[in-house]
Amino acid sequence: MFNAVARNIYFLLGGFGVTLQLTICALVGGIALGALVGLGRISRNKWIYHPITLYVNFLRNMPLILVIFWFYFVMPIIAGRPLNPFLSAVISFIIFEATYFGEIFRAGYQSISKDLTSAAYSTGLTYSQTARHILIPIAFRRMLPSLITQSIVTFQDTSLAFVIGLQEFVRRTSIVDNLEVRSIQLFGFVAIVFFIFCFTGSKISRYFEEKGRKLGMI
Amino acid sequence: MGFAYDFDWGVLWRQPYGMWLLEGLWLTIKIGFLAWIIALSFGIFIGTLRVTPWRWLRFIATAYTEVFRNIPFLVQLFFWYYAGPMVFGQHLGRQINQIMGLNYYVAIFALGLYTASRVAEHMRAGFASISRDQYQAVLSTGMTQYQMYRYVIIPYALRIITPPLTTEFLTIFKNSSIAMTIGVAEITFMSYRIDAETFHGLEATTGAMFIYLILGLTVVRIMGIIEAKFKIPGMIGRE
Amino acid sequence: MIEIKTVSKWFDDFQVLTDIHETIERGQTVVICGPSGSGKSTLLRCINGLEPYQKGEIIVDGVSLSDPRTNLYKLRENIGMVFQRFELYPHMTALQNISLAPMKVRKLSREKAEKKAMDLLERVGIPDKADAYPANLSGGQQQRVAIARSLAMEPKYMMFDEPTSALDPEMIQEVLDVMIALAKEGMTMLCVTHEMGFAREVADEIIFMDFGKIVERGTYEEFFKNPKSERAKEFLKQIL
Repeated sequence: MFNAVARNIYFLLGGFGVTLQLTICALVGGIALGALVGLGRISRNKWIYHPITLYVNFLRNMPLILVIFWFYFVMPIIAGRPLNPFLSAVISFIIFEATYFGEIFRAGYQSISKDLTSAAYSTGLTYSQTARHILIPIAFRRMLPSLITQSIVTFQDTSLAFVIGLQEFVRRTSIVDNLEVRSIQLFGFVAIVFFIFCFTGSKISRYFEEKGRKLGMI
Repeated sequence: MGFAYDFDWGVLWRQPYGMWLLEGLWLTIKIGFLAWIIALSFGIFIGTLRVTPWRWLRFIATAYTEVFRNIPFLVQLFFWYYAGPMVFGQHLGRQINQIMGLNYYVAIFALGLYTASRVAEHMRAGFASISRDQYQAVLSTGMTQYQMYRYVIIPYALRIITPPLTTEFLTIFKNSSIAMTIGVAEITFMSYRIDAETFHGLEATTGAMFIYLILGLTVVRIMGIIEAKFKIPGMIGRE
Repeated sequence: MIEIKTVSKWFDDFQVLTDIHETIERGQTVVICGPSGSGKSTLLRCINGLEPYQKGEIIVDGVSLSDPRTNLYKLRENIGMVFQRFELYPHMTALQNISLAPMKVRKLSREKAEKKAMDLLERVGIPDKADAYPANLSGGQQQRVAIARSLAMEPKYMMFDEPTSALDPEMIQEVLDVMIALAKEGMTMLCVTHEMGFAREVADEIIFMDFGKIVERGTYEEFFKNPKSERAKEFLKQIL
């Protein structure tokens, strides 16, 4: 039934490996940048707030595929030399996903009331102690379900690197399909693999959400 | 010295390229609207199935949303486009492949089904946000289950989820760009095509970005008017 | 007449009602009180079939609720219910809230249903709020609309589930006044409430519940002036 998949399994899994690498790079960069973007979005300094807000709102209106193209065209000009598609894709993912992660961080930061901070101060905790023991743990728990969900979205989004010729999972599948012409099983296989990972991820996210709700955190 | 790049913004209005972008925009709008009709009607249907008393209907609806949400849209699109016709067998499949503009229809269909799963999920959240007492209050006035959903709960839930549905509507235009991968000549496809002919992809994609921006702002404006009309007075809407 | 015969109910393993036995005659007003979690609200919900029970029997006007042939929807037309948090339909005006069930269930014309709704708004004292949406009404006004909504079906029985406990103190009396008027007109009422003034004025019987059981029952004088059980004494000390 999956004979065409079996014949090309190493080639396909290699593509899945590229997809995972892309995802990890995009997540590490996107979450780190997103944490900063979130700070910028609650900043009272208008020289920080407005540019960051413009960046977030602009990119959230853009299709990712177009952003990938744009970086693909612009990176060689900035770098002064042709860039490999992997690097170009990673940069576009980080800058694009950071706007989504940024909004999650913003919501997380804002979910902590002023009174809670005051309450912590009033028991004698210092600023860094308050941040470390109260604010960050609470914000993190509140954000965790959304962070996981957005990570799943990012994982799915990496398939779009297909369009600049990067040989990730979907691109390799379509190469195999061109030779074998077994579209049902090949694309069915990709779908199943993605489903298993994403479904598991969404269950984990829901688990933390339920747990948070039970604790009255969300 | 690296690349010297000569900007040529003229590709955005020089013919035929300027026209290409506009044609692409028209196709993007058409795909978005038609897919949205499928997504909204089917999504509300599936979302409502998830609260019916019949276990197996609930299961089917839940399975639908889980499957469509957990597979990248690109993979779904490829599956429908490449594998879809083959499901009907060699002979019929080949005939289906001959249909003019098949990619366009597949794009609308696939995007509609994909977005329906997201609409259904919002619907479920909407139902869940209505308190248990609210349901009981409707029943206590003597209404049947059907009347309860038909006259109170569904209209209420739809109003609760208008803001997320607006976001979904915006997203459908963005996601329609993925149809370029099966050769649908919408905006993103056109900007890439301009690059292929002129090597000025940077200008073309920048132009396309601004078209999306204007499209997005227009949609937000229109939905703002619709939301204001459906808004429940005194309830907090979109920030 | 509502007859409750040794009714017991469980949520999974947890028993919420134990052998509840009570008869409510037409025209009576019964006040149920007791600490939170004692099963008062659950009992109300069992009476109009919103919650199932596992043992015993509830009979409303000769019709048993546990009989599978009983049409619960028909039954509920005769039993109005008012909730703690009003539960108005937020996307409809006060008038629409009230006229919906008469139109859809009783198949009244819009004209007649709205006329009736206006009359009821008059009766609860807020005819000027007909076109206001719930979010623009005060809590007391919302609860009065909710009472009018129940009355629109011309129920034989009215059940109140802590109708004033979500209200600001200054709004409690306006709701109680409506309820008192209703009781004096001869409505059969079952009220979960801790409002002593209300109980004194209209209650024919007071039931005290604790841990899913009826611990004590009696008239206002008997219960408030001279409670027999320790639990009731304890409880009264807390709310008075």
